[in-house]
Amino acid sequence: MKEFLMHDAKDGVGVAVVDIKAGQEVQGVALHGQAAPRVKALMEIPLGHKIALRDFQPGDTIIKYGCDIGKVVAPIKTGEHVHVHNLKTKRW
Amino acid sequence: MGISSFKGFRRENGRVGIRNHVVILPVDDISNAACEAVAGNIKGTLALPHAYGRLQFGEDLELFFRTMIGTGANPNVAACVVIGIEPGWTQRIVDGIAKTGKPVTGFSIERHGDIKTIAAASIKAKEYVHWASELQREDCGIDELYISVKCGESDTTTGLGSCPAVGNVIDKTVAQGSTASFGETSELTGGEHIVKSKAATPQIAEAFMKVWSSYTEMIFKEKTDDLSESQPTKGNIRGGLTTIEEKALGNIEKLGKKTKFVGVLKPAEAPSGKGLWFMDTSSAAAEAITLWAASGAVVHLFPTGQGNVIGNPIEPVIKLSANPVTCSTMSEHIDLDVSAILRGEMSVDQAGDKLLEMMVRTCNGRLTAAEVLGHREFVLTKLYRSA
Repeated sequence: MKEFLMHDAKDGVGVAVVDIKAGQEVQGVALHGQAAPRVKALMEIPLGHKIALRDFQPGDTIIKYGCDIGKVVAPIKTGEHVHVHNLKTKRW
Repeated sequence: MGISSFKGFRRENGRVGIRNHVVILPVDDISNAACEAVAGNIKGTLALPHAYGRLQFGEDLELFFRTMIGTGANPNVAACVVIGIEPGWTQRIVDGIAKTGKPVTGFSIERHGDIKTIAAASIKAKEYVHWASELQREDCGIDELYISVKCGESDTTTGLGSCPAVGNVIDKTVAQGSTASFGETSELTGGEHIVKSKAATPQIAEAFMKVWSSYTEMIFKEKTDDLSESQPTKGNIRGGLTTIEEKALGNIEKLGKKTKFVGVLKPAEAPSGKGLWFMDTSSAAAEAITLWAASGAVVHLFPTGQGNVIGNPIEPVIKLSANPVTCSTMSEHIDLDVSAILRGEMSVDQAGDKLLEMMVRTCNGRLTAAEVLGHREFVLTKLYRSA
């Protein structure tokens, strides 16, 4: 059982498919067979929430499904929780 | 998957339904009480109370009539009693439904009062129930089905599992000649370029973009913040969805991998041919499914993440979820659990086959969770204030 799924090889985030604990080494699997990275979770990531697969700076774009899902508004380290506190829509 | 037929009700106009309702339809808000009284008197009828129908005008009034006539005309409805405060608009709705050839009679309250109207309408409703109860199901083809699709209380699991399963069914059924429709105009924002690329022709792509842009302009005109907590909803955010773009990309997995859409429909407008159609709808579940039912859709596929409990009085709503927490804590609402996709134990194609099987069982008469639990959300879309 893998801990997170990626939609596309270009994605900068994975989706937790179990509740991930802080400090846990987690393995992902890509939906279409691409290699997914192994990362260390720096905080709790509840099932369904996103884990950063690399570092991001404010102003960066996050890619999921191979597409733009919004802009980074606070620094994010690999293994941190990505959500409304550090990612915002570009649309409205 | 080899399923190509089911047992349905073939109506007077040749259209196929999967339920056999006798509906008591109020023209307006103030006729709800009489309709509910008739439904109380006559077992086997279904009243559809709603909040509008008075002093509407212009495009909003046209949408109102399209929705009311379409609801009565839906092939899941065997016969219909219409009750309004006055005879004019009552007759307009009766005449619209009568074009299908199904039994329909109107009653108006002014110059009679509620009590005499309820008595007369109850006698007619009783006659309709006896008649409808003897109608038999017959063999119908998958190509005679009109399927609508929309998700609700989405989370990241809908984009991973339940929406792709619906998309798989769209690919399989539209290839067999079914009619289908998707919508949720605002909720395509962030993936509109992908939807545009799925239009069958450049003209259809432009027609879609025009409708999407118009809805977006309305949101920009009315919005007072960045819509956080409205679109995505609080429930979406709790489930891990962060932005409208992320929500849209999961949503459009329902369109399938191969299928192109063949036209753009106004709210509650009936498709003029087979294939997949885009309908301009709100993303709120009860409003949107009411519009699809009014356009003639007979079965709805509804992926949910966090557990939207929606139903519709005349169009059965089949719920599926890939979220293991929702499937275990809200199991009474879920018709199909596809959470095995998240564990890597079920492919999207296998989930699609299971959903197709559940859809055919539902078409054959299996009641959905929402039907058994009594969810009958009938919500009219209002474009602007009444006069």
